[in-house]
Amino acid sequence: MDTTLLAAQLINGLQLGILLFLLASGLSLIFGIMDFVNLAHGSLYMVGAFFCATITDWTGSFIIGALLAIPATAVIGLLVEIIVVRKLYQRDHLDHVLATFGLILVFDTTTQLIWGPDGLVVPLPAWLDTRVTLFSDIVLPTYRIAIIGVGLAVAAGLWLLVSKTRLGMRIRAGASNRDMIGALGVDINLLFTLVFALGAVLAGLAGMMIAPITEASVGMGNGIIIVAFVVIVIGGIGSIKGAFAAAMIVGLIDTMGRSYLDSLFKLFMSNQNAETSAPAISAMLIYILMAAILAFRPQGLFPPKGR
Amino acid sequence: MLNISSWNLRSWVNMIVLVLLALVPVLVSWSGNEFYLDIATRLVILAMAAVTLNLILGYGGMISFGHAGFLGIGAYAVGIPVYHEIYDGFLHFPIAIIGSATFALITGMICLRTKGVHFIMITMAFSQMVFYGFVSIEDYGGDDGLVIEARSEFGGLFDMENNTTLYYFCFICLLATIYIVRRVVNSRFGMVIQGAKGNERRLQSLGFNTYRYQLACYVLAGAICGFAGALLGNFTSFISPEMMDWSRSGELIFMVVLGGTATLFGPLLGTTAFLLLEEYLPHVIDLVYKGGGVYWQLYFGIILILVVLYMKGGINGFLSRREGSK
Repeated sequence: MDTTLLAAQLINGLQLGILLFLLASGLSLIFGIMDFVNLAHGSLYMVGAFFCATITDWTGSFIIGALLAIPATAVIGLLVEIIVVRKLYQRDHLDHVLATFGLILVFDTTTQLIWGPDGLVVPLPAWLDTRVTLFSDIVLPTYRIAIIGVGLAVAAGLWLLVSKTRLGMRIRAGASNRDMIGALGVDINLLFTLVFALGAVLAGLAGMMIAPITEASVGMGNGIIIVAFVVIVIGGIGSIKGAFAAAMIVGLIDTMGRSYLDSLFKLFMSNQNAETSAPAISAMLIYILMAAILAFRPQGLFPPKGR
Repeated sequence: MLNISSWNLRSWVNMIVLVLLALVPVLVSWSGNEFYLDIATRLVILAMAAVTLNLILGYGGMISFGHAGFLGIGAYAVGIPVYHEIYDGFLHFPIAIIGSATFALITGMICLRTKGVHFIMITMAFSQMVFYGFVSIEDYGGDDGLVIEARSEFGGLFDMENNTTLYYFCFICLLATIYIVRRVVNSRFGMVIQGAKGNERRLQSLGFNTYRYQLACYVLAGAICGFAGALLGNFTSFISPEMMDWSRSGELIFMVVLGGTATLFGPLLGTTAFLLLEEYLPHVIDLVYKGGGVYWQLYFGIILILVVLYMKGGINGFLSRREGSK
């Protein structure tokens, strides 16, 4: 088997896994602590990408663009929480789903109104737009490795935040018993707002990191958010550890399935059958995986304790 | 029901909508504008899908975010045979019903093991699975969709190629669906379904296997929605995976909630309001602010959020409150 291709696909799979983790961890935190289903999480991913594209265009530097887009996305997250989401915590999941579906329409149309229907290209700085050579014959794009590095750093930071800080303690306490920590004097509304903004930043970061590869486009978050849902369902809703494990599994299986499933099928069926069935099966692979896991563990791989 | 003196505002509105729908072809032949028949046919078919969604979502409390998947399966049950030059409607419609019922049975068995948010996300994921499945089957058009060059044939019984005939066929199917849902909801079976929405554990302790009841309800709703999908395939003459995208499922939920969940005619009112908004909102916005009509979805999204936040019970709930305040 071609090792360079295999290594490249591994890197692509890990990079998809990292993006999915950034989206899924925010979704999972917001659901875990506020019991809130946010379909519009993908819109924050899109907003992050567009902010980054615009600021990169103004300043000429992708790094400054990304650094400034983070607080800008946080502000959008805060506004959404204060104007709409806050009114929904007491409602049932059906209302969450519908109202955030409305938010998606608002976000997509507003983005189109401001930036136009065409996507925005985000140029990479020259030092990131290179390739590194490993073991003298495997050539990999630097930027994808950088995405994985940033994502792992964020995952470590998130783990430190949740398990070692006072804020993290409150987040965990809120996830296991919302009313109790309110009764103990923690300002639960402020906590909710902060967690929502944190989720927005994580989603926005994923969007701005993918923008140089795919470009920022209207509705870019609507496809990947479903996969992020699959991730948190597999990982166990409310669990960051589960989100990480499931994101990596889904990222790798999806990427590997698309590149190697037809070769695998050719081992036991005719070439023609393999070539027609492999694309369909590989597109459905992660959903089949989800169904298989749920059939045995309806709560996901790592269900959070205490509920 | 037929004692007119006891009718309230809700019954009057429901009856007026039904009578208007029954008269659409007549009104269209007067005005000579075929376009309205198109809207009305789409309305009737989507209302049928919304009525079945209401059975599981409104009465059963199973928030399915993948209902458009059944519409798509039904539509492809017409599209694929026609592609192979099989035009027999007595084959298309059973395929649509059996296909979507089988899909509902298999996915329902897995989805119903979970509750709440898991259920929402898993139903959504399964319909996306069908979406991506059809996107990658290139024999049947893949992403680009499939043109259905002829409508189903019913061996000379009636001619679906005639738009008015097709409309009345859809309309009768809608009435039949509403009747079936009414019978189901008021039966012992329906009582168990509604009871399980309120307090599942209590019903289980009474000895009901709620899982089986819910699964049967889910399969029934899926099967009828697949039938509606076959009608949609006949009507649109062009189908693509896009029609089962998750945003289509979201629109179906909006139709149900807009009209009023767990009410018999709510989904019909909701679908009517939805399609009228979709059709006329751009024109209204253009009147107020020239060139703004292109961005009607912005206002549509805001209306959706406002309905969720401030219009509990949808149109039906609104009409009942008007009645109560008199």
